[in-house]
Amino acid sequence: MDVLTQLLNGSMLAATFRMATPLILGGTGGVFSERAGIMNLGIEGEMLVGACAAAVVGIATGNAWLGVLGALLSGGLMGLLHAFICIRFHANQTVVGTGVNILATGITPLVLQTLYDSGAASPATPTLEAWSVPFLRDIPFLGAVLGTHSPLTYLALLLVPVSSFVLFRTRFGLRVRAVGEHPRAADTMGVHVYRHQYISVALCGMLAGLGGAYLSLCQVSMFVKGMTNGRGFMAMAAMIFGKWNPWGVLLAALLFGCSDALQMVLQAGGSQIPTDFLLCAPYLLTVAALACFVGKAVSPRQVGKPYIKD
Amino acid sequence: MKNIIEMRGIVKRFGNFTANDHIDLLVREGEIHALLGENGAGKSTLMNILYGLYRQDAGEIYCKGKLAHIREPGDAMALNIGMVHQHFMLVQPFTVAENLILGKEPVRGLRLDMAAAKRRIRQVSEEYHFEIDPDARAADISVGMQQRVEILKILLMGAEILIFDEPTATLTPQEIQDFFEICRVLQRRGHTIIIITHKLKEISQISDRVTVIRSGKNIATVETSKVDEGRLAEMMVGRAVRLRPSKERREAGEVVLEMRDVHAKDPRGLPALRGLSLQVRSGEIVGIAGVEGNGQSEIAMVLKGLAPFSKGEVRYQGRSYGKGASVQRLIDSGVSHIPEDRQKSGLVLGMSIRENMILGMEDWARFKWGPFQKQKEITAFAEEMRTRYDIRCTGVGQEAQSLSGGNQQKVILAREIARDPQFMIVCQPTRGLDVGAIEYIHAQILEQRKRGCAILLISYELDEIMELSDRILTIYNGEITAEYQAGQVTSEQIGLAMAGFRAAERTGQDVPEKKAGDAV
Amino acid sequence: MRNKGKLVFFDGQKALFLLLDPVVSILLALAAGAVMIWALGIDAGLAYRALWQGAFGDANALANTLLYAVPLMFMAFAFAVAYRAGVFNLGAEGQMYIGAVLAAWAGYAVTGLGHTAHIVLVLLAGAVGGGLWGAAPAVLKAKRGVNEVITCIMLNYIAINVTNYLVNTRGPLRGGSTLPATPVIQDTARLSKLIAGTRLSSGILIAVFCGMALYIFMWKTRAGYKLRAAGLNAQAAECGGIPTTRCAVTTMIIAGALAGMGGAIEIAGVHSRFYAEFSSGYGFEGIAVSMLGANHPFGILLSAVLFGALKNGASAMQIQAGANAELVKVLQALVIFFIACRWSIAKLLAYKWGAAGKDGGGEAREEDG
Repeated sequence: MDVLTQLLNGSMLAATFRMATPLILGGTGGVFSERAGIMNLGIEGEMLVGACAAAVVGIATGNAWLGVLGALLSGGLMGLLHAFICIRFHANQTVVGTGVNILATGITPLVLQTLYDSGAASPATPTLEAWSVPFLRDIPFLGAVLGTHSPLTYLALLLVPVSSFVLFRTRFGLRVRAVGEHPRAADTMGVHVYRHQYISVALCGMLAGLGGAYLSLCQVSMFVKGMTNGRGFMAMAAMIFGKWNPWGVLLAALLFGCSDALQMVLQAGGSQIPTDFLLCAPYLLTVAALACFVGKAVSPRQVGKPYIKD
Repeated sequence: MKNIIEMRGIVKRFGNFTANDHIDLLVREGEIHALLGENGAGKSTLMNILYGLYRQDAGEIYCKGKLAHIREPGDAMALNIGMVHQHFMLVQPFTVAENLILGKEPVRGLRLDMAAAKRRIRQVSEEYHFEIDPDARAADISVGMQQRVEILKILLMGAEILIFDEPTATLTPQEIQDFFEICRVLQRRGHTIIIITHKLKEISQISDRVTVIRSGKNIATVETSKVDEGRLAEMMVGRAVRLRPSKERREAGEVVLEMRDVHAKDPRGLPALRGLSLQVRSGEIVGIAGVEGNGQSEIAMVLKGLAPFSKGEVRYQGRSYGKGASVQRLIDSGVSHIPEDRQKSGLVLGMSIRENMILGMEDWARFKWGPFQKQKEITAFAEEMRTRYDIRCTGVGQEAQSLSGGNQQKVILAREIARDPQFMIVCQPTRGLDVGAIEYIHAQILEQRKRGCAILLISYELDEIMELSDRILTIYNGEITAEYQAGQVTSEQIGLAMAGFRAAERTGQDVPEKKAGDAV
Repeated sequence: MRNKGKLVFFDGQKALFLLLDPVVSILLALAAGAVMIWALGIDAGLAYRALWQGAFGDANALANTLLYAVPLMFMAFAFAVAYRAGVFNLGAEGQMYIGAVLAAWAGYAVTGLGHTAHIVLVLLAGAVGGGLWGAAPAVLKAKRGVNEVITCIMLNYIAINVTNYLVNTRGPLRGGSTLPATPVIQDTARLSKLIAGTRLSSGILIAVFCGMALYIFMWKTRAGYKLRAAGLNAQAAECGGIPTTRCAVTTMIIAGALAGMGGAIEIAGVHSRFYAEFSSGYGFEGIAVSMLGANHPFGILLSAVLFGALKNGASAMQIQAGANAELVKVLQALVIFFIACRWSIAKLLAYKWGAAGKDGGGEAREEDG
């Protein structure tokens, strides 16, 4: 059985980590944003813009790492835009997030058209070369699963404990969580509510942008119109499924990534199941996961409610 | 003694409403100064200005003789001013320690230094006899303890001047005495205290001087020992007030509602009612006295059919409720409800007065025509109610959210009474209203009693319960702990029962059943 | 007490603000768009002139604008009705796909019906398909507490993939042609053309009719009253005996049915068959249309024409001025942002005038503080 061999030699699990990378990045970003009380439905759009910016900067400079930097900055800017409208005008955060997504679907082909005279895809980008970690790659099985990956995948994995530490062990994290739970209490204690929200949402945009860079610089080495294909939303689902905790996000992202990897393996193996159904798998799994295991997940109390300072 | 705080000519407007109109407030160092006024008189606004939550439109603040520019709470803190708000500002999922260090966290490297934080908390807590456990979660500790955490919070920030906004509103009489004891300890240690309150009794108990504010203007500042309660009440309201409404005696009729051994859970799934039993007869007002959070909300929820109960029985007019009855069926059979939170549960603020007026009655034959609504009938009904209850508005098409609190409550009252209820659940009917509105609402409730309606009154204001009720039940931890006939009991006795001491009238002595524990 | 004259003034003022808000948002969005066009090195004046000509230049242009507006109206209805009831329906796209594919099937597989009967059947098929698809997120929310936003979006992708499968080479609904599409629908299932020589079908009449019906439903019926109460304050509605979870499910069925009907009209009026991925993101555009139209059926009719004009004029703008048609999406996003900001002259005026119209506003605030 094809799936079984792939499972045994570790290549399917390796694919799981690859598919999970943008979800971990976007989901961890979402954790920061929502822990600070701002619902960020715009992760999808931030990821798309990040993917586009990574490709554009990468092509222009010939350096993939500069592309990554471009993704970070552009994603961060989109995050700031979202934060600005939500915070300054107390706008409905779901509406603004939807606006960010529409903006991204409009602005990316516009950039493609202007720069490359094609609205559908960019030329090939420089690829972010995969790293092969000495020692780790030589361990049987584990080496096949984790030994060779894009630097962004390692970064995403590293980000999980780092984010967890930042959120639960540092001054910044304590303040962010307080802002998301009880902004007025934080305010009376002299914590700058809006500042922490801006920082968190911008951080979320940067991480989502990084997820986008992974798609365009590592996965396919070009930018294709609409290439995120709902991954930003799945990252949000991973965040909910992971109960607003970076470690939970990691597990949820791996689960969703696994279904994606399984789908690809089946497709490549010429399975009898129609391709279109296989493509549904990650989305179905996302809904099923939310419906079966989460139930009424407890979000940070003030998510989605604008904080109005008198 | 010299003045530590001088607020001079403070003006604050919201739109065209003037909350503070040239108010002066002089507070002496080391005194306990009460700020007395009705709800809406502007005392909270004044203190929010002193604490930097609002900015004054005119006027100056001097702190320790120097002109102070207070733009945000941080500025107030720098001047050693701290405030404990009426609604506690605690982050519920955080521990006490995390709540206390927020904003000025001790760190070692990047990491929060929790050990150092806890050491310091324990030390200060002992110094003031607070007995605070830094590792308890804020959500799990009692109201009195939460208040101590709030006080400790501002002491840790170095506050010398402490502002308390309605500090006793949610405390039992015993907890109030504990709180006063804390105030005296603080005063002995050199702190200055400002207490915002509208409770006359407490002023004479604790304060040195009192400043009275009415409709945004200041009326007078007097030494507490030189005035009596009646005089203070007059200054506060601006006319002589009847402290007790006259209420004719009448015999209660047959039992309309009965709860027997009812068990129910709160929204978090924790037991809230533990075998609660009570009866309400027609033409009788039964008051439930108790500290907020002892199951009162759940009684209302169960009786209204909004929450299921797991055990026991509820009978209305002899018929048994199912395990959670249909709200609509109860409304139709004459159960009315004045909810605790009028803006959250009572009204749809984004709808007009006329649409709010038929909420719960939208399917009644009078207002429907097949699937449609009888628009003219609804308007006529709303107009009638508006006239009868003197609801001040630009028209019945006005949105409920632009009404004042008193008028909002009148809309709810009009709607609930219009159903000719056999049984009314009345929760916190006068919270946040001024004296005029309170008198009006109380008169309406008594009017329903006269009509023969059975009324269950739930209020956290003991005075309100004592004024209106024919019988008083005390609730503690989801159980009825005592029953009294109105007029045959003192607030001290009720206070004991509210704190969990079972009043054993039959044996003639009080048997402490459960001590009101602080940390759970 | 206020006299009657003032009362009228107050209402008129409110209506004026209602209109001013979206107009100001559009103007701001167009101005921001002009800056973008200029930044791309294109003459903004030329681009907007081309846009206008392309959208309203002649009868044919106008017909095409309205043609684009029809699906937007339905998608916006689908968003608005849910939004009014407190549910965030981001799933109109998927609901439309399912509705459209069922409508197409009813259109080609059923024969021997009269014209009217067949049209009704096609519309019903669309409504049923969309309604069922719309019910799913609401039921999941009611039973399992799953956030409807995520479910709706996931169901969009699932709907697209499922319909792709249905018309792909091995799919059961695949037509004979080389396109991934169903067979062409029967002549009896086609909507008649409204203006000869243009592509505009009588679908727009159905849309306007649906808009009016929706208005009557929301503001004149008991069910509509309950939905609005549940949307504005679920807790108070519960206290008034309104079953809010059931309301949410009903709402989503209605919303889905509207979206599905929109899909059916696209099939019966424009494409004459279902083909894979026929929608260009109508579902998300419907959100912008609805927000711009103040989530009110009549407002939506107007704003859908405006967005139809943007879409229709975009190609002319691209050909004549070289500004990419995707610019329209950017304009849509900007409209959403400005509307969400409630950033308008109206707001500022309301602050100045409205102060006199609200007694007790300050008191209410004082109480909260």
